[in-house]
Amino acid sequence: MTTKSQALLNWVDERFPLTSTWKAHLSEYYAPKNFNFWYFFGSLALMVLVIQIVTGIFLVMHYKPDASLNASGVPVAFAAVEYIMRDVPGGWLIRYMHSTGASAFFVVVYMHMFRGMLYGSYRKPRELIWLFGVGIFLALMAEAFMGYLLPWGQMSFWGAQVIVNLFSAIPLIGPDLALVIRGDFVVSDATLNRFFSFHVIAVPLVLIGLVLAHIVALHEVGSNNPDGVEIKKKKDANGIPLDGIPFHPYYTVKDIVGVVGFLFVFSAVLFFAPEGGGYFLEYNNFLPADPLVTPPHIAPVWYFTPFYSLLRAVTYPLFGLDAKFWGVIAMGAGVVIFAFLPWLDRSPVKSIRYKGPIFKTALVLFVIVFFILGYLGVQPPDNGGIKDRTTQICSVLYFAFFLLMPFYSKMDKCKAEPERVTS
Amino acid sequence: MQSRTGKGDFLMKTRAMKFVKRLLAAALFAPVVAMAAGAALHLDKAPVSTDPAALQNGAKVFINYCLNCHSASFVRYNRLKDIGLSEDLIKDNLLFTADKIGEQMKIGMTRANGKAWFGAAPPDLTLVARARSSEFGSGADWLYTYLRQFYRDPSRPTGWNNKVFENVGMPHVLWELQGDQVANVEEKDDGHGGKHKEVSLELKKPGVQSAAEYDKTVADLVSFLVWMGEPMAESRKNIGTFVLIFLAGLFVLSYLLKKNFWKDIH
Repeated sequence: MTTKSQALLNWVDERFPLTSTWKAHLSEYYAPKNFNFWYFFGSLALMVLVIQIVTGIFLVMHYKPDASLNASGVPVAFAAVEYIMRDVPGGWLIRYMHSTGASAFFVVVYMHMFRGMLYGSYRKPRELIWLFGVGIFLALMAEAFMGYLLPWGQMSFWGAQVIVNLFSAIPLIGPDLALVIRGDFVVSDATLNRFFSFHVIAVPLVLIGLVLAHIVALHEVGSNNPDGVEIKKKKDANGIPLDGIPFHPYYTVKDIVGVVGFLFVFSAVLFFAPEGGGYFLEYNNFLPADPLVTPPHIAPVWYFTPFYSLLRAVTYPLFGLDAKFWGVIAMGAGVVIFAFLPWLDRSPVKSIRYKGPIFKTALVLFVIVFFILGYLGVQPPDNGGIKDRTTQICSVLYFAFFLLMPFYSKMDKCKAEPERVTS
Repeated sequence: MQSRTGKGDFLMKTRAMKFVKRLLAAALFAPVVAMAAGAALHLDKAPVSTDPAALQNGAKVFINYCLNCHSASFVRYNRLKDIGLSEDLIKDNLLFTADKIGEQMKIGMTRANGKAWFGAAPPDLTLVARARSSEFGSGADWLYTYLRQFYRDPSRPTGWNNKVFENVGMPHVLWELQGDQVANVEEKDDGHGGKHKEVSLELKKPGVQSAAEYDKTVADLVSFLVWMGEPMAESRKNIGTFVLIFLAGLFVLSYLLKKNFWKDIH
């Protein structure tokens, strides 16, 4: 570094922790050297967040949250999206990046969560990282749900109608709560405007804050790794973990490979199948919202379907409360239960590599059940037929994976963890 | 107006659901409708083309036959330059419902009039090819089948009915081209002790086009509707090809960079 730029850096460092922050979080943050494929998804989630924010900024420049009808009888909000798609230069690219990005966000977040479950990344001392992560997942679901209303298509409208009505199932406060969320007795212009406000300001702020907390907590305790052993236990004379390597440049260059690989798949969808076979952009959403015409089948977007299935699995009223209420409880519990994983897992080892056959079987079963619930969530229910029964059995298995974990993880026959990471 | 309840089509069923008050939780109705929707829809595969000649012919048919009752309110006339038409050609031959070439394809009929005259306001067709996609086939397949399966039905106010979209409010606008089809209804065992109607269509009076010519006309029209649903679809794919080639190259470079940095890590 030349003396002049060094002098400038010194000037800044005396006033702002630039060099020390750079060192603490990048050039002297020691990450285990044995990260594998599953470790790409954290940095990818961060990149998708940036894609969503940047494309979102440009979309807001042209989008109008207005449910009133224009001269052609089309809601202004719906027309605004088509205006972006047709008349705004490059608008279609930005819009497809945002709509594909929404699905991509959930893909990478689900992979990232699964990584945590594979290698026990939620275990002590990383409980808070995990809790912040569950918070991010919740905020992301709220963000996606409210964003989906904005194109003001049939699925936007009726999806919001169905989900907001769920809140009315809560005893005593339910109907008023639903009214507050909608700002009206039906999903209307008021709903569209408040969802817009939440989608572009409130929830992104919460998301960014949680992501920051997630990373700060991670860098405080250090990253887990596929072996689930703590690299900080074995340090050299300088206090540097023997199995650790500086995040920058090693993992920055490695994550670039992941980013480019991800962008390849992302672009393949974006440019060649932006509708994602009707799963990323639902066909019915190419019809403007019409409060008088109920679509024949209202399915949530794919990333909500496992939890939507949990909701539909509950068909019995209990304690004098509607089955719908218990369905809402099941759906909420299905998401929140992830937060308890650090205390449900009693296994002596962290990583799946050293866990016993029972845990491995349980995790495989859980993944299968999650996919089946996801599939059934887009299917119309069949009135207690084979699909509904399967949904119920899978829902029981879903919760059993979590609730029985304290028992099976303890009695499982685990292998001994190695002293150092294996390469 | 006759009841619109019947089987075979989504929109029609949604119309049948009109009595469903919007305040009711739609989820509760999903099972009912899903059962009603059980009848499968048999759609012919639409020969969708991106050939400019086909699209131009489709544009001509669309503007002459459809753009009286249906708008395409997101499409500007000058967008037709994308399918190879010159500004003068558009101005002289196609600019019926607007004065300026930059205007959108709107119509004179109000929605209230449309509703009064046809029972339901004719929908805007800009996105119809995308919205009509379903598990039975693409939106193009639906349109291609629908536009070829009108038949004479004296019981309907317009005198026309449709096999794909039963009791549709729209008359057969292209009848001069296709001619008159009539329906032969056969009662058949459905294998569950009940009976179901099977409708087969027969061309009673030929139109000015032969069956093959008419299929081509409809295919061109459908191709145009598909183009109109996403006019940038072709350039999207072209750009996409270059993006993927670029990223493939970048992937190799970034992998080599990573390998070089990591050569000392064991």
